Amino acid sequence: MSVDLTARLGPVELANPVLAAAGCAGAGRELAQFFDIARLGALVTKSIMAQPRSGRPTPRLAESASGMLNSIGLQGPGVDVFLQRDLPWLLSRGARTIVSVAGAHTGEYAEVAARLSDAPGISAVEVNLSCAQATERERTFAAEPEAAAEVVASVVAAVRPDLPVIAKLAPDGADIVEVARACVSAGAGLLAMINTIPGMVIDTTTLRPGLAGSTGGLSGPAIRPIAVRCVYRVHAALPDVPIIGIGGVQTGQDALEMLLAGASAVGVGTATFRDPTAALRIQREIEEGLAEREISRLGDIVGLAHRPEGAAGLIRTRSRRAVAFD
Amino acid sequence: MRTIKPVQMRSPVLTVRRVDTYHAITVVAPGVAERFRAGQFVAVAVGGDTSSMLARRAFFIHDVKPDYGGTVEFVFEVRGRGTSWLSECRSRDLLDVTGPLGRPFPLPRDPVNCVLVGDGHGASPLFPLAHTLRRRGCRVDFVLGAAGAQRVFGALAARRVGETATFATRDGSLGLRGRVTDALPQVIEDARADVVYGVGPLPVLRTVTAIAAKYGVPAQVAVEERMACGIGLCMTCVLPVVGDDGVTRMLRSCVDGPVFRGEQVRFDDVGTIPFDALGAPGWKARPDDSASTEIGQ
Repeated sequence: MSVDLTARLGPVELANPVLAAAGCAGAGRELAQFFDIARLGALVTKSIMAQPRSGRPTPRLAESASGMLNSIGLQGPGVDVFLQRDLPWLLSRGARTIVSVAGAHTGEYAEVAARLSDAPGISAVEVNLSCAQATERERTFAAEPEAAAEVVASVVAAVRPDLPVIAKLAPDGADIVEVARACVSAGAGLLAMINTIPGMVIDTTTLRPGLAGSTGGLSGPAIRPIAVRCVYRVHAALPDVPIIGIGGVQTGQDALEMLLAGASAVGVGTATFRDPTAALRIQREIEEGLAEREISRLGDIVGLAHRPEGAAGLIRTRSRRAVAFD
Repeated sequence: MRTIKPVQMRSPVLTVRRVDTYHAITVVAPGVAERFRAGQFVAVAVGGDTSSMLARRAFFIHDVKPDYGGTVEFVFEVRGRGTSWLSECRSRDLLDVTGPLGRPFPLPRDPVNCVLVGDGHGASPLFPLAHTLRRRGCRVDFVLGAAGAQRVFGALAARRVGETATFATRDGSLGLRGRVTDALPQVIEDARADVVYGVGPLPVLRTVTAIAAKYGVPAQVAVEERMACGIGLCMTCVLPVVGDDGVTRMLRSCVDGPVFRGEQVRFDDVGTIPFDALGAPGWKARPDDSASTEIGQ
């Protein structure tokens, strides 16, 4: 059966629901060596800041069971080079482009967003709220509803009214449902969740933290159940707000979980490091998974896990037949 | 120099063999073999499709052969769960391999004298380099070292391929007692070296670079940094490297390297963000210098 994979995310409509998640696909060039990036639902760029940024010292990587910790520190070229060099290239390849923006303070987010707003071809701006607030070192914007809302409001005010703004949330800090509500009230049309979760490993040989930055962000399948819970809870609270579910998605089945929890699309991040073509494989596996369940439209599965138990289901198991016994 | 596009493939394992304290795996990977140039590497997914190990492991390519459409061999030491899993692979197992990755060793235009320095199994990429250099009429001299004789990789091949082969072991079990870099100055002098190629841990490469500089010859060094993807996405394998424009950038070993000009790597600043690196904390763009805002090369 043919399956309609169109992902309808409110103001954003994508040909398929699999996005390359921010920070795991650079600005597309590396992945384009392996496949046509126009086949992604969308590519979310590595977070762009106002100035070039060198990031954190090495070691920046530590592997843990079914996960990895990174401490990159938002290394990137800055918005000028992004607009001159990276964005035109991405658009020339026909990639649906969502630009992630980051900042040390509200003003920086707004400054970068305003620069992007003038550039044609961007499908949406995603606000990376997991940056440390310049004023309070340990707290991220995502950790506090007020701080998150302030950033989102400043980005919304800085961009063209027709450019959708996605708030990317994190599972640590304040209740994610409260942060989600605050961001939507501040003008975010879509939500993306989750970012990495702070974690730490200690090298038992050197007897020191395994990352130069001491702590890092945990990603990969280890965090998927946490992501699914976040999506589930936010979708229950805000059923009309489209969600991009991110966190440890490695297979089509993982993606279906996110969709059932209430995501309208999924982001693939860490899986890309291991398998550069993971996004395309996951697309295919979603399509197969929907066909197996005789669901013809992607949208029909979104949030289905919220149905009360025993409710008349859309999901039919294939060719169940009454069996007669003598 | 633009590197050729890498490929990702499921490669059947042809052989897994012990080489002294190391392991060598040969896989059938025609797309990798045909594109390969010395100094490039493969990134291998470990633990199977449902592995809990997410990062690929990067290995220099030691040898390519035309058999079965193209085979690729890489050498490794069992250091953790990933390499332990690899060492237990058997013939006909399938490995998910991406490659060839990274910038290869630049080759001299003229037939010059080349000294190739390798520490431990880091020496493995020097052998395809040696063959290429020899074909171009270059003189090749090897300096190989390790903790002990069992850990010197490729001693026989070095004797066969090199004009000379000099060894240094920390325990004195093969060649000179000492570090591989202790043996280097004499070889540079005797071979009248025009260029030094080095592979090994950063402290070794730092010394190789310093010695080469003392003799006024360029050093091309290949680094063995930890990375998750090998293709430039994860940004974990960066090093402070000075560009031709004098600006220090945090460059990715996997796509901007693994081969760098030794004098351009700020070895003393590895593990830090040098204060004058592009985009370091407190860094400000000079208004007259728009070129310096370019990250990468």
